[in-house]
Amino acid sequence: MRIATVLKVLGILLVLSSLTLLPPAIISFTLSDGAHRAFLTSMGVNLLVGLAFWLPHARKKTELRFRDGFLIVVLIWVVLSLMASLPFVLLNHPQLSVVNSIFEATSGLTTTGATILTGIDSLPMSVLYYRQQLQWLGGMGIIVLAVAVMPMLGVGGMQLFRAETPGPVKDNKLTPRITETAKALWFIYLGLTLVCGVSYYLAGMTVFDAIGHAYSTIAIGGFSTHDASLGYFESNAVNLVAVVFMLLSSLNFALHFAAFRSRKLHVYLRDSEAKIQYFLIVLGVIVCSAVLSRFNVFETLESTVVQSVTQVVSIATTTGFTTTSFASWPLFLPVLLILLSTAGGCAGSTAGGMKIIRIILLFKQGAREISKLVHPNALIPIKLGGKPVSDTVINAVWGFLSLYLISYVILLLLMLGTGADLVTSLSAVSASLNNLGPGLGSVAENYASITDAGKMVLAFAMLLGRLELYTLLVLLTPMFWKS
Amino acid sequence: MKIIILGAGQVGASMADILSREENDVTLVDINDRLLTNLQDRLDIRAVLGVASSPEVLEKAGAEDADMVLAVTNSDEVNMVACQICHTLYQIPKKIARVRNPAYLAQEKLFCDHSIPIDVIISPEQIITNQIQRLIEYPGALQVIDFADGRVRLVGLKAYYGGALVGHELRELKDHLPSVKTRVAAIYRQDRAIIPTGTTIIEPDDEVFFIATQEDIRRVMKELRTIEEIGRKVIIAGAGNIGYQLAKSLEDAKFQVKLIERNTERARYVSEQLEDTVVLNGDAADEELLREENIESMELFCSLTNEDEANILSAMLAKRLGARRAMAIVNRSSYVDLIENSVLDIAISPRQSTVSALLSHVRRGDVVAAHSLRRGVAEVIEAIVHGDEGTSKLVGRSLGEIKFPKGATVGAILREDALIELHKETVVQDGDHLIIFVIDKKKIHEVERLFQVSATFF
Repeated sequence: MRIATVLKVLGILLVLSSLTLLPPAIISFTLSDGAHRAFLTSMGVNLLVGLAFWLPHARKKTELRFRDGFLIVVLIWVVLSLMASLPFVLLNHPQLSVVNSIFEATSGLTTTGATILTGIDSLPMSVLYYRQQLQWLGGMGIIVLAVAVMPMLGVGGMQLFRAETPGPVKDNKLTPRITETAKALWFIYLGLTLVCGVSYYLAGMTVFDAIGHAYSTIAIGGFSTHDASLGYFESNAVNLVAVVFMLLSSLNFALHFAAFRSRKLHVYLRDSEAKIQYFLIVLGVIVCSAVLSRFNVFETLESTVVQSVTQVVSIATTTGFTTTSFASWPLFLPVLLILLSTAGGCAGSTAGGMKIIRIILLFKQGAREISKLVHPNALIPIKLGGKPVSDTVINAVWGFLSLYLISYVILLLLMLGTGADLVTSLSAVSASLNNLGPGLGSVAENYASITDAGKMVLAFAMLLGRLELYTLLVLLTPMFWKS
Repeated sequence: MKIIILGAGQVGASMADILSREENDVTLVDINDRLLTNLQDRLDIRAVLGVASSPEVLEKAGAEDADMVLAVTNSDEVNMVACQICHTLYQIPKKIARVRNPAYLAQEKLFCDHSIPIDVIISPEQIITNQIQRLIEYPGALQVIDFADGRVRLVGLKAYYGGALVGHELRELKDHLPSVKTRVAAIYRQDRAIIPTGTTIIEPDDEVFFIATQEDIRRVMKELRTIEEIGRKVIIAGAGNIGYQLAKSLEDAKFQVKLIERNTERARYVSEQLEDTVVLNGDAADEELLREENIESMELFCSLTNEDEANILSAMLAKRLGARRAMAIVNRSSYVDLIENSVLDIAISPRQSTVSALLSHVRRGDVVAAHSLRRGVAEVIEAIVHGDEGTSKLVGRSLGEIKFPKGATVGAILREDALIELHKETVVQDGDHLIIFVIDKKKIHEVERLFQVSATFF
């Protein structure tokens, strides 16, 4: 472990992240809503801590190893979550405890979208903006951003990149060079956000709401500037824009890159992972509409279809926008939706969950075992898009599943231990681990009623989910720390 | 620059390493998945799995807008076909290929734009043979590099007590050898580079690199160490391509050569092809055989088989038995550091030599030669200055005025094939060849940029 190098990179990233506090501070100044002091103080602290890490080691030049990569990524996420909670702690309105602040900041950065706030509509604009921006920064990942703008991270950048990007196959680079890849990813991200924002504006949102919701839609976050989330707008146009962009962001960004480069749209229809994503969502919508009309939850067919499309896409992609209180739907539906969110989006997207590609591989592996019972001597390669998948990837996926289940059970027990009821615990752990946001029971609206200990457990679950288990769990093994 | 490298073997991997660090877009193609995964983890490159000569694979590797292809798979045929495809289908401007088989190389008509379009052919065997020959010419030299077609050479050697200049300031060299134009371009002391000035004192065990014309080299070497006569008796172990070609050129130069080969058939074949060389069928690590052949009176023992370990051990044995000098082919760079200058005199790395040869063709501007020094720590390049005072960053300016990047020093200037004196006031002219040492390899691009002529020149 080369602590000096780790601290140096961490310091640079902190200095970089301190810049992100500038926009909310400016908004606060222009509107003079009294929150600027909190933002500027946090920015100063961020900057000083960053410099304190960076400057003593500024001249150290060693290449990062794999291990250092894991450590840096986890440290940056933990430290950044703590730093991001600082403005919440310092604010006078809303007045938040330290634990609440950490929960809110972590939920924002990991694009979970669970909140402990009530009365969001009455918060200062700058605070609202800050929450949305946190999601946007966490969506593509601050490290990918850093790799894009700082070529100095160089080869070590790859190690960080791999530890942060989601999906089981980490080496499908878009371009030969890592900085170019990172830049390409951020351009796509920026482009999508821009188009999404304009669409929201045209669909009738105010400029502020359009920007804020574009941030949290493309990041698959789920924070909103209103208590009623998307339901506040009561507009089919807004729902449609949200559905389209949530779907786009839940696809692998390599697809967007390929589509952009070849200027052909058929890549979206050919990718085997994307096809399963569409299939799951269509299936979910059909089942959802059928059950809703069976129980006559909505009065008209139109609102039944609109609500099920919006809600299925929002939950299945792990965004977590709500247009109606889906938790009060017949219990079959919320549970189904939360299970869908466990599958999540595609690898290489901003979505959470286990990722569709892992589900496909698990399913195919299961099917292979069954075929082997019939043909004991058959060689059955597992293929994806016509290409064989190596056994190391498949083993890693199985490992992921077992770790996911074990983590889930442990987190569930911890939550129950804090005194929460079963439905609340089950859904809260799922919603956090999948970076979804809203749950059932007492966390259907917000997480204010959870105990402090429970909030910390859930915040940990969010980080675990965002870093896809391995990156965070590897730090907890004694092996990692032995030289 | 967008570069496609075909073949992720030792040479391909080294080139990918060097080129990707210099901000090129490198794509590496190979059929071995594990090799690629490993490299992709370490280097900032893209890897494509597949047969290097297949158009489908080449297209996936980005052949459509690539600037250069380096075909270094271990098959000559794949390399040649890949270059043909890159030329015909994708019009890649520069195609460099490694071709080993002398039967192909002998046919000059083969390689041109309308048959097999390869711009540069690299043959490691030929490069190594030449290299060994140079080292035999200058006993004591660790590295000999040709510039200006061999009229001027760069020699690296270790300074020892006994050399007239050792323990003295560099500027005394002029008093010792008034008629000789030479320049010490770099000194390595305990693995750290020193930029030499007139007052630098040469210490024993320094690794000194100097540049001189061909005829002066031996006189300068004498200043730095006691120098032996060229030995005429040589034993070569291993009659592969390199061993055979070396034996052939040495016997033409009237050396007494003995060639040891383990494989009976190969030994017979070689013995039929060679004239004066004594071909011995046996094991180079066989003590009896070596004694029998008077190893103690041999000047030089070269072990040139394919196996690093066998080469090192048999060379060590020969040295113990009394051979004056021993050199061995060693591919693994970690071995080279271990053994050179301790148990062996010289370790030759075919990989390093091939990489050097490739480098000179990859470099931009008017770079005519580029060589790795000290196993790749530093690089020396020879580049031609073009343009006039308006378009060139160099022409009409004195060395003191030109801002060379840190870590780059001018080792020599060749004007009309002669070395000229270097001062701060020396003015660079159009057509000069500059020989530049680059200690910090990250600065190579900046050096290349100095030689580029601004667009108005055309």
